[in-house]
Amino acid sequence: MIEVKNLSKSFPARKVLDNISVTLQQGKTNLIIGSSGSGKTTFIKCLVGLFEIDEGSILYDGDNFTDLPDKERREIRKKIGMVFQGGALFDSMTVIENVLFPLNIFSTMARSEKEDRANFCLQRVNILNANSLYPSEISGGMKKRVAIARAIAMNPRYLFFDEPNSGLDPQTAILIDQLIEEITEEYDITTVINTHDMNSVLEIGQNIIFLNQGKLHWEGNKEEILLTEDPALENFVYASNLFKQLRKEMIRKK
Amino acid sequence: MFTPEFYIRICILILLIAGIFFLEKFTGWVTLFLANFGKYGIFLRETFRKPVKFSIFRRQFMIEMVNLGINSLPIAIIIALFTGAVITIQTAYNITSPIVPKYTVGLATRDSMILEFAPTIVSLILAGKVGSSIASEIGTMRVTEQIDALEIMGLNSASFLVAPKISAAMLFNPILVIICMFFGIGGGWLFGTATGIITGENYIMGIQYAFVPFYIQYALIKTIFFAFLITSISCYFGYYTKGGALEVGKASTNGVVYSSIFILLINYVLTQLILA
Repeated sequence: MIEVKNLSKSFPARKVLDNISVTLQQGKTNLIIGSSGSGKTTFIKCLVGLFEIDEGSILYDGDNFTDLPDKERREIRKKIGMVFQGGALFDSMTVIENVLFPLNIFSTMARSEKEDRANFCLQRVNILNANSLYPSEISGGMKKRVAIARAIAMNPRYLFFDEPNSGLDPQTAILIDQLIEEITEEYDITTVINTHDMNSVLEIGQNIIFLNQGKLHWEGNKEEILLTEDPALENFVYASNLFKQLRKEMIRKK
Repeated sequence: MFTPEFYIRICILILLIAGIFFLEKFTGWVTLFLANFGKYGIFLRETFRKPVKFSIFRRQFMIEMVNLGINSLPIAIIIALFTGAVITIQTAYNITSPIVPKYTVGLATRDSMILEFAPTIVSLILAGKVGSSIASEIGTMRVTEQIDALEIMGLNSASFLVAPKISAAMLFNPILVIICMFFGIGGGWLFGTATGIITGENYIMGIQYAFVPFYIQYALIKTIFFAFLITSISCYFGYYTKGGALEVGKASTNGVVYSSIFILLINYVLTQLILA
């Protein structure tokens, strides 16, 4: 579980996050949603410590991440897995080397055990027969899946995803969503997903946090979001005419 | 109205405005330089922290020895060969006095190669080749979030990426420079004798005459400093790249430009300290 208390973050030009307090639940998919420029990416980067926060605190299972010295922060980070928007795979390494990388650095396993673990993670994300390929030789969807395999290699307790479905076709996007949900339940981890993809919200939105202009505007689940009457959230969720029509139907049936 | 006094006042006014404008710019440059210098110091402190695993450092170190050192050998040898040849030809054509012995050509080639051309010119060339490659490699890693991925894993990215590069260059560049000294002096002999400018005997006598072994030490000391400057400055610009492909290009250019400037600056300082 990750608790965020009164988090604020400013850049020289403007305040990006303003007094956000939220609890990201363990064993659930926590989705951070909001329009472009609402502060989603900044929020997730603050959570993992890539950005220093101005005020507030972030607690990982009770440990105050913000107050910890650099060395102890790195210890918490070893329990974190993150999948970046573009995958962030290491260009100079093959698929299997990418997945082996965190194991080689931090694990005390024997070489064969590490290889077994890396192969298991790749199979878990349905990557077969691609071990010797380089990131430049695989598709965007495969890159995302390899990045997920690398992120779960060390059995993280917290898993972060930055726009996992951006640039993917709808079918691959659904596969990725299902995979995220399965992994979250299977390993009982805290998963945080930053997205503005409504399909993902409706597919795997167990705990949804809506950011609007840097503030926590709404919190709920996928059933609640469809019936919301909050104007800002309604504008975001029902941006397309199709969704607007669906909402009318739902309200009529209700 | 348009009296000479009027024109003088206008000129003074223009000079005053220009002076204020320059002062503002100058203080801006100084502030920027000091800010970057401090950031560079923090970057180096992070770089030289203890690595997570020495086996990983050793592996990276060997890879960098090949990438930065061995792969630079061909270009360095070609440059040394032709530089030696040109020094020989130019020295021979400039010695017109019959009082100056012929072997002076060999002596001048040897000392020029050892003192200046092998360490400084080769380092300047490496600043272009290795510096741009390092800055663009690390810059691309930064903009594609690969460095963030390393940090998220709990790794000190500066130490992991930069320390092996700096160490490898500081160890291999002196070897590279010694090889260049041989090829430079050899190039002088080859082209000098082939074109009939100097006889082989005279050249060999020249390169053996009044040899000061300390010059080699001086050259190697310089090279170690230059290797540190090339790799650390290029890594610094790459590491703090923000944006996209355009910024990676800018980081690469900055890496080369600043490495070259600091090589020349430190070259003067070290020469003054060691030889003067």
